[in-house]
Amino acid sequence: MPKAEEYQKNQFQLIPVCVTGNEEISPGVHLISWKREHDFYPGQVVKIAAETNIAPRIYSICSGNDEPEIRVLFNVKEDGLLTPWLAGVVPGTEIWVTKPYGSFYDDKKPAWWIATGTGIAPFYSMFRSGISENKILIHGARQLNQFYFEDELEWAMGDRYVRCCSGEQACNVFPGRITRYLGEIKNLPTDINYYLCGKALMVVEVRDLLISKGVRYENILAEIYF
Amino acid sequence: MEALFGKTLNELIALSLELGLPKFTGKQMAEWLYQKDISSIVEMTNLSKKARELLSSKYEFGLTNPIKVQESVDGTKKYLFPTAKGKFIETAMIPDDDRKTVCVSSQVGCKMGCLFCMTGKQGFQGQLTAGEIVNQIRNIPEWHDVTNIVYMGMGEPFDNLEQVLKSLEILTSEWGFAMSPRRITVSTIGIVPGMMTFLNQSEAHLAVSMHTPFDDERQKLMPVQVAYPLQEVIHEIKSWDFGRQRRVSFEYIVFKGLNDSPRHVQELCKILNGIKCRINLIRFHSIPGTPLEGTDENTLQKFKDMLNDKGILTTIRASRGQDIYAACGLLSTKEMLG
Repeated sequence: MPKAEEYQKNQFQLIPVCVTGNEEISPGVHLISWKREHDFYPGQVVKIAAETNIAPRIYSICSGNDEPEIRVLFNVKEDGLLTPWLAGVVPGTEIWVTKPYGSFYDDKKPAWWIATGTGIAPFYSMFRSGISENKILIHGARQLNQFYFEDELEWAMGDRYVRCCSGEQACNVFPGRITRYLGEIKNLPTDINYYLCGKALMVVEVRDLLISKGVRYENILAEIYF
Repeated sequence: MEALFGKTLNELIALSLELGLPKFTGKQMAEWLYQKDISSIVEMTNLSKKARELLSSKYEFGLTNPIKVQESVDGTKKYLFPTAKGKFIETAMIPDDDRKTVCVSSQVGCKMGCLFCMTGKQGFQGQLTAGEIVNQIRNIPEWHDVTNIVYMGMGEPFDNLEQVLKSLEILTSEWGFAMSPRRITVSTIGIVPGMMTFLNQSEAHLAVSMHTPFDDERQKLMPVQVAYPLQEVIHEIKSWDFGRQRRVSFEYIVFKGLNDSPRHVQELCKILNGIKCRINLIRFHSIPGTPLEGTDENTLQKFKDMLNDKGILTTIRASRGQDIYAACGLLSTKEMLG
């Protein structure tokens, strides 16, 4: 057994991996992959860096925990240090990553998963890991092409997969933001867990709304993208 | 027009040379900007008339006045400043005997979404420039008497690292405000890369918002726990040599029945073992829509005593400016503009 200090050092240490794939799945949104070397809990994150002397960024894993590869979903930020470079990497390129870590994970109990944009990643990982049976997944986006993995999710989850689009309209898509969708629900279950993932304002607004509807704050877990 | 205020000495020298002015003009400008009571380029009287005209054609001095001030019954003042991008930030000035502490904001709003904080409820609206951070000190009536600065206003300083470091350089350099870094504390919720860069590049004190030593509890209060677990933050702090002068403290808002038990004292002792630090206990100031309650005075005192008895220097921070929403966790321009 390593000592606690050694364990911590190893846990956040950057290690080199070779990229095996890099696909632009929607304009400016990429799915990058590398061979999985470690077990992880769906919902966990990894740090990624182009070089070891540059501060790494944190991304949720977006693949199932028994798949041969780890995948990560990211938005290209034009003024970012990492993502414009990452968007251009080809298979065989070396990037630096940590082992998976983090405590944003679910079990098989009933729960609601609520995400905006690329915040779908941890829930897609949970879905691909086979723990979506008792879940409701609500995904919010501004545009219809931002519902990543929608075909697969709709096919597998049916009515338990809800899309909320604030900028465009389509069949089977709620016209408006997630907060409006949740606000219109009369009796939200208050005895289950709610998992939120996305930008700060969505998380704060949804958390406040859930609390105002009787959900205990202890039952709300959030991961904020910053 | 671009502001001179907020530029470092090197930047001022570079722009002087670019305009064909002597190199020493940069140093002269720094003195006018950060050490004297003027607010326009025309008043920089040891610069040639030509230099002043040239500078005025391309730059503005760059001070921004507060548009509103509220004063608490305890003497604390809260200033509302507009930012260049049309947003607003708040700054608190807290007098205490012969000390005057200014609590500055580093961002407009905040991305961190802590359950107990009012700032997070307005979301993130933008980064402040170094000039906008330093302006919060330079442009209040008390600026000559300011003894201490804390980066504990709106925003997470290490999520705006570059501008925060630049503001610290202006505050602590001889050519700037020439303040001792020992009178400045930067508070973070634990953005590890930014924290390590800050420890490397500045000598100011560090404060870390902990609020509970247990991961599962912290995650429900502070979503950042998922990205930067407390154990990683503590591990990095343990590996850093703070020397004799530099201080690390842990901020701990005490919530009733949540983080105020002997079990918490025990765990705090365990995880802080080996770190020369202090714990600042903070009373919780209730905010709308949050189900948390502050602990009672008796429990707060007992909690403090237990930690002190275990050898961890622990103090209770006085609540200041509560009646004007200037106290810890209450800053939000939603309130002041409303």
